[in-house]
Amino acid sequence: MSRRVETALEERTGGSSFLRATLRYVFPDHWSFLLGEIALYSFVVLIATGTFLALFYSPSTAETTYQGGYSPLAGQEMTQAYASALHLSFDVPGGLLMRQTHHWAALVFVAAIVMHLMRIFFTGAFRKPRDVNYYVGLTMLMIAVFEGYLGYSLLDDLLSGMGLAIGYAAALSVPVLGAPFATLAWDGQFPGTDVFFSRMFITHVFILPAVLAALITIHLVMVARPHHTQWADPGHTERNVVGIPMWPGYALRSIGLFLAVAGALVLMGGLIQINPVWLWGPYHTYQATNGAQPDWYLGWLIGGLRLVPAFDVTIGSYTLIPNPFWGGVLFPLSIFGFLFAWPSIERRVRRDQRQHNLLERPRDAPFRTAIGAAVFTFVATVFFAGAADRAFVQIGIQYETQVWIYRGLVIVLPALAYWIVRRVCDELRARELTFGDSSPVRRIRRGPGGGFAR
Amino acid sequence: MSNAASRFLAPAAATAALGALILWLAPSFAPAQRATGGGASASQLASRGRSLFVEGCSSCHGMDARGIPGRGPSLRGVGGGAADFYLSTGRMPLSYPGEEPLRSEPRYSDSQIAALVAYVASFGGPPVPKVSPDYDELSKGQELFTGSCAGCHAISGAGGVATGAAAPPLWKATPTQVAEAVRIGPYVMPRFGSEDLNRADVDALAAYVEYSKHPDNAGGWSIGRIGPVPEGMVAWLLAAVALLLVARIIGERRKEGGE
Amino acid sequence: MSGRRVELLVAGLLAAAAVAACGFVVVYVVHIDTQLLGLAFGLALIALAAAAILAGRSLVPQEIETEERPDFTDPEGRSRAEREARELHHVAARAGEGISRRRLLGTAAGAAGAAMGAAIVVPLASLGPSVDDRLRESPWRDGVPLVDENGIAVPASHLDTGSFLSAFAKGADRERLASSLVVVRVNPDDLALPDERADWAPEGIMAFSKICTHAGCAINLYRSPLYPPRSPGGPALVCPCHYSTFDVLTGGDVIFGPAGRPLPQLPLRIDSGGNLVAAGPLSGNVGPSWSGVRQS
Repeated sequence: MSRRVETALEERTGGSSFLRATLRYVFPDHWSFLLGEIALYSFVVLIATGTFLALFYSPSTAETTYQGGYSPLAGQEMTQAYASALHLSFDVPGGLLMRQTHHWAALVFVAAIVMHLMRIFFTGAFRKPRDVNYYVGLTMLMIAVFEGYLGYSLLDDLLSGMGLAIGYAAALSVPVLGAPFATLAWDGQFPGTDVFFSRMFITHVFILPAVLAALITIHLVMVARPHHTQWADPGHTERNVVGIPMWPGYALRSIGLFLAVAGALVLMGGLIQINPVWLWGPYHTYQATNGAQPDWYLGWLIGGLRLVPAFDVTIGSYTLIPNPFWGGVLFPLSIFGFLFAWPSIERRVRRDQRQHNLLERPRDAPFRTAIGAAVFTFVATVFFAGAADRAFVQIGIQYETQVWIYRGLVIVLPALAYWIVRRVCDELRARELTFGDSSPVRRIRRGPGGGFAR
Repeated sequence: MSNAASRFLAPAAATAALGALILWLAPSFAPAQRATGGGASASQLASRGRSLFVEGCSSCHGMDARGIPGRGPSLRGVGGGAADFYLSTGRMPLSYPGEEPLRSEPRYSDSQIAALVAYVASFGGPPVPKVSPDYDELSKGQELFTGSCAGCHAISGAGGVATGAAAPPLWKATPTQVAEAVRIGPYVMPRFGSEDLNRADVDALAAYVEYSKHPDNAGGWSIGRIGPVPEGMVAWLLAAVALLLVARIIGERRKEGGE
Repeated sequence: MSGRRVELLVAGLLAAAAVAACGFVVVYVVHIDTQLLGLAFGLALIALAAAAILAGRSLVPQEIETEERPDFTDPEGRSRAEREARELHHVAARAGEGISRRRLLGTAAGAAGAAMGAAIVVPLASLGPSVDDRLRESPWRDGVPLVDENGIAVPASHLDTGSFLSAFAKGADRERLASSLVVVRVNPDDLALPDERADWAPEGIMAFSKICTHAGCAINLYRSPLYPPRSPGGPALVCPCHYSTFDVLTGGDVIFGPAGRPLPQLPLRIDSGGNLVAAGPLSGNVGPSWSGVRQS
């Protein structure tokens, strides 16, 4: 910045010393520490494209006759919401690019959060003093998934409408509380009244983005305060942080990452079709299509719903717990419950109440790594079960057979994963004792200039 | 063919040349007018069809097409349209009775199919339907397809699952085959009579099926036109991988091994 | 790569980004094409990204710095953390120094807080009406005619054996879950209905609610074997979402898939005009189950 701008800033805000500290702030620069940033920059793209879309979308369920640019739907009755989605796709210049970039950004946003979560989990970054920040992150993951679900349901196309019916059934299936809650949210029995789409819209474009923005701010502050964790490399201790200063090195890298994320999303938004709602047609409660699937981050739930055997828990001839509860509600809550509980569990099991600023390699925490691998395998198996019908169409294994196979795999594979990963961790560590970091034997290299190095 | 030709040549010297000409031209007419040719041509086809039938179909459907219990149903009264559908899509002949009929390379040539169709048609039943896809009614076709077909075949025609069977993709079906399937209800597909879906409805449906083979992919690469499953795969296997690579380029790797 | 080459490369990338961005504007003005728009803008961003990354890694001074972490993160600092926390407590607890009736005030504050909390939450109920009755509503009773999507009566002759179609209650909103039906026709000799439903299927025509009792998708998948094949079984209505399969001949029992309740069946009769008419209400509640719904 020019000298004049800097002086002007100091005269008006007194912020020079803060800015100076910020510019010299040190970031450890391992590549796996950038995953959270990928999520953050996807969020920025979501806000930017979403703002554009919100200026054209109509959250109204009033019936209208389609007269727009897509002829296979000409003259059909549909809601204004769906008609506005078609309008955006065919009549608004650049509208389809914005829609598709927005949707790809949503998919990548959640994917990046999941990758980031796995990095945090398997390296022990969630330990004190970062456990509260970890809870903030998990909350954001739940909100992000819900945001995505609301977002693609706003379009009122056949696929997402079916998804809303299933979401309604899952809400309804909560014992005792489900019916009052679902009727409250939908303003009556599904499909509800006109006000339901307004609620979805406001939640999606205002309430949840505001909550997310606030949580992201808290999350970043709680990363910056104790400084980022780092690997236990030579020269790295629990009391210091070694890395690149914010300016110019790290800032340019971050800007570069942001531009790369945005660039990738825009390229996909223009070149790869996503959610072509004109091909699905408008939603009616009495219509459905085969092969309807939710976006990937809800795939584990459709797997859960499909794998649970057929029973309602009944008292006499009355239902107490409807079937969708197990796969659609209890399953995701359990997984998130496990994730939330893990820092406390690990502190107790390892009898470790201390602060940690150094990361552990996954192999150095075999219990955590193996448990994490088992839970991940469990979720992944259910996730793949959710796409079993497409697997049938592509590879030809009977759907009913697949259901039974998956029911078995869901029990066997996690146990297998635990056992295998535990063994691999122990093996790798045992090997290092003979020639590795903790070995008394050290490798020394001699450089071209004659100096020695580790 | 030489036998049939010699049967014509023997009784009438004057019509011999004409008969030979008709026989020579009949195969090229067959695709356009399967079971509805002129008098001489039709019975020619039918008797040729009978010999093909005896050779390739009677082991399940019986020598007189009356069916064999536990092997194959009677074809009396099913109509030329049914025969044309199963043969032209290669669903018949089956490798073994009870196998699920699936689309494959037709075992018979077009002229052979015409002959077999003429034979089966000779027992009565609905003929090969006349279809002309009506692109002016594409929207009606889309609505009808959503209501009657999308539950099994998926709204984009990509095919799907019904418990116990696969509903095939429709992207190889000709308009005639679409109309035939609608009327027959092959294997476990329901059937739709002309009071439910009349000729105009079927023309609209055929137009929509044709459209679904090359729909408006305004968004770019259509990745299969079935929605979120391939989209999720692209997000993970393309975008996530690319961005991980970018992160690897930007960030450092661990130094301990001396990399 | 030498510094000068890097500088040229960065400049070149920035120039490429500029060209691509101009291309974007040109495409927008001349002829909107989603693929070209995405390509142009995306490539501009990628070029900028490459320039920034290259500059960050190769152009600007590369420094590794070391900084001290703040004290509160010190793993050995537990006693220090406790000391700091105690000092914080002293400051915070100063507010209570002059107070004698701690328990009284505490209880009163607790009661006020709880009541205020409840009061704040209660207006949420304004968001919706009360439950249950709404979930059990249905337009079907004896005499209600079946109509198609255009409101025209459905003649029994519309259905061939092995056929299916959708129907609605005359006069009802089609989007209400209870309104929509799927109507099929089977061979009357194959029916295996329970005794109390013996007359529900005139001429083998049967009507069921179209909404799956598992999670509410429309059941527009009818498996209708032409010649009984070996594997799949008899005619069945299948939901395309999670493949709940309802046996038609026994009146809607679940034979595969996760649905916990059978599909409600509507008794039918054929009126004097040959059209299909309801002969009574549905056999059970429509749509996904909730706590308290009858299994029927």
